[in-house]
Amino acid sequence: MTALAIGAGGLVAYNLLGKPETETEQSNSPAIGSSVNGRNKVVVGLSQEPTVFNPLMVHTEPDDGVLFSMFDALVRMDPKGIVRPNLAVEVPSLENGGISQDGLNWRVRLRDDVRWHDGRPFTAEDVKFTLELITNPDFRAWRTAGHTLVRDITVISPTELTWRMEQPFAPYLSFLTETFIVPRHMLEGEADPNAAPFNQAPVGTGAFKWGNRVPGDHLELVANPDYFGDGPYIDRLIFKYIPDVTVLYTQFKSGSVDLVGQVYISPDNYEEARRLPGKVVEPVLASSVESFYLNLGRPQFKELAVRQALFAALDREAIVGSLYHGVPVVTETFMPQQSFYYNPDLPRQEYDPGKARRILDDAGWVPGDDGIRVKNGVRLAFENSTTSGDHLREMVQQYLQQTFREIGAEMTIANLPPAVMWGDFWTQSRFDSVIVGSTYLIGADPDVTNRLHSKSIVIQGGSGSNNAQYVNKEVDALLEKGAQTFDPEERRAIYFRIQEIVRHDLPLLPMFQYKNVFGRSAEIKGFEANSNTRTESWNAASWYLADGRKKPKSDRNRPRTSRSSSLSRAMES
Amino acid sequence: MLRFLLNRITQIVVLLIIVSIIGFFILNLIPGGPLAQYALDPGMTQDDIERLKEQLGLNRPIYVQYLDWAWRLVRGDWGHSFRDGAPVLDVIGGHMFATLLLMGTSTAIAIAVGTWVGIRGATHRYSTFDHVATIGAMIALSIPTFWFGLVGIYIFSLQLGWLPAGNMYTVGEESVLDYLHHLIMPSIVLALVHIAVWSRYMRTATLDVINQDFVKTARAKGLSERRILMKHVVGNALLPMITLAGMQLPSLLTGALVTETVFTWPGMGRLFLDSISYGDYPVVMGLLMFSAILVIFGNLLADIAVAIVDPRIRLS
Repeated sequence: MTALAIGAGGLVAYNLLGKPETETEQSNSPAIGSSVNGRNKVVVGLSQEPTVFNPLMVHTEPDDGVLFSMFDALVRMDPKGIVRPNLAVEVPSLENGGISQDGLNWRVRLRDDVRWHDGRPFTAEDVKFTLELITNPDFRAWRTAGHTLVRDITVISPTELTWRMEQPFAPYLSFLTETFIVPRHMLEGEADPNAAPFNQAPVGTGAFKWGNRVPGDHLELVANPDYFGDGPYIDRLIFKYIPDVTVLYTQFKSGSVDLVGQVYISPDNYEEARRLPGKVVEPVLASSVESFYLNLGRPQFKELAVRQALFAALDREAIVGSLYHGVPVVTETFMPQQSFYYNPDLPRQEYDPGKARRILDDAGWVPGDDGIRVKNGVRLAFENSTTSGDHLREMVQQYLQQTFREIGAEMTIANLPPAVMWGDFWTQSRFDSVIVGSTYLIGADPDVTNRLHSKSIVIQGGSGSNNAQYVNKEVDALLEKGAQTFDPEERRAIYFRIQEIVRHDLPLLPMFQYKNVFGRSAEIKGFEANSNTRTESWNAASWYLADGRKKPKSDRNRPRTSRSSSLSRAMES
Repeated sequence: MLRFLLNRITQIVVLLIIVSIIGFFILNLIPGGPLAQYALDPGMTQDDIERLKEQLGLNRPIYVQYLDWAWRLVRGDWGHSFRDGAPVLDVIGGHMFATLLLMGTSTAIAIAVGTWVGIRGATHRYSTFDHVATIGAMIALSIPTFWFGLVGIYIFSLQLGWLPAGNMYTVGEESVLDYLHHLIMPSIVLALVHIAVWSRYMRTATLDVINQDFVKTARAKGLSERRILMKHVVGNALLPMITLAGMQLPSLLTGALVTETVFTWPGMGRLFLDSISYGDYPVVMGLLMFSAILVIFGNLLADIAVAIVDPRIRLS
């Protein structure tokens, strides 16, 4: 029962790494600058400082590494995008009755062997308290979508609870993977949950316990020997804040940082980094997709032919190869390739300026005296904006400016500082076109209503971030159906179709999917990237050191208990 | 003396109010603000952002926000950081030790070396030593600190492996020796500029004194050159340096932004930069008030010290 929580995801890593070495006792030999040797700790370098430790409060990516290490959620998302049990003994589904056929009634069964770091038992009351705290109007909660639909939370027993949903909402299961459970006994008596002492020294159920924090410098977590799940195998997990990315990389080289976390290694350092001795440096697919994003409210972009022509004039291979050092991968869709819902059969775009010109000729866009095409009084001229100071994107813009000019389209560069760019200019659709890297999925759920549904257009009175003002009734209907469909296979078909339509309509011209260049000391084993989470440290519980004192038992390659593996099959089917 | 102090304190209060108003309004003019970092989070809806604005009181008119902040400050409540929720004074206090350690060490080095170089340059005017010191000071003043820092890291950390490439200590292995080991490079890099400044001032001040009549008198009395230098020349030459020290006092606590960034030193300079970039208004305002107070009191202390040391000056 002890090694059940992380689920089959962990198996992949151990198989890839070969058989785990035998356990050895390593003498402590302190080495200057190297923190791995014999010390059984891992230093993760982050360029942003983790500062929010109440997992339910509003926070950003760098906090996630700490939260994943200290807390557990009911369920977790594995690297393949499949939901696994965590504090729950099984993932609620239609088949196991955890979710009723109409999607409205949920029942979750919990583990009975979980204790908080202070020794108190974890029970269904904690889950109830957590879900209620999120929707407390005075609480500075993070995402509330989905949680606001929950009604009548009922604790059946310490290991079982039920609730009712106001309407069926399939993405909620994914949202629960990032909803960490907090202890009721620590927070219930607090007059102001925003200022509770818990927020500065939290108590969780996770593999690591709170150690100490030096603001502006580092945060130290220590192993929780009573963890109910797999691990931990390192004594201490340290998140070291190094704001300058060059300095972060230098400290990785010199060995004072064992693992480069957010924002990882910059693509221009990749060539050098991969040759560093004693380091493992590899690009890992991220979830964000870079696109040439169009405002369909502009007359220039209303016609499909124009969007098709611009897409044909987009030399993505050259952009990725020359400007991005070949690190990212060209893509045809907004859906990340590691997702269970990624449609691999979309038509491949080819760079073909001749075709682009033909499309525009056929559509009646005639070149004017200055070579810029005109149709019905509309000039094929537009502005393109992105974050100023983003060196690589500025080069992409200059390159596109030329290629678009060759097909008779005039692009003007009008960049803005980030705070202005992503403010009203972006949310109120005041741009012509934008180069943007966006994550479309929330908690790795394929639901993109927020981005592509016509009711999500803010400037037309909606709520969401469909800033392209994309309207397609079929997509609307599919999105509505997808959000209420619980069967993974059935959902997959829906989102495959949505990707097809969007690829055809081209409200955004997909360019590439980002990769983050992960770097770590070769001493660290058990590491596995999971682009369905926002952090590199999602499974620190499974990390161990090649010469460390603790290691996973050699029998860890054997399959999990029948319950969890049958569940995995159920979820994957 | 009392009237002088009262006068100065009134000035100080008025000055602080003006600084706080200007600071608060400029800060709010910067686009973005503390919630901008959540704008691209796909799961955060516009409703969520509006709710947080309301909870943090950011949807009120700016003068209401200012008055609210100022009134709390008067009652001793510096507010809480938007980032980690800690009280502002705790946040500032948490970064102060790092800055004091670095700035204290580098200032001590700078004063000791700078004073010596300055005096020797003055007493051995136009000697080889003086020329080298002058050229060295020019170089140290013209080359930016981060360059010295990066070159130092490249040579002593990456190539030779003698010194750590930054940080204040090895996490989890803190010891006095470990601190000292980490302190060497940043404190020397930072001291370089200060030595340059300090030695130039000291040289000029010494030269001013060395040609005075009382020095000639002392020499005529038959005092040893050493005694003249130590008792009559240096004592008097240090007077203007007190003012300089008063002006440098605030930097002891406000930190060195560039050096702290290059060497990953968790001090006040970096706190200031981080707080601005995250729109952490309470901490930025706290730091602003804190450093304004330091600057004012540094100057006040210097004035009083000069008056006490130099009987020719009367405070009125």
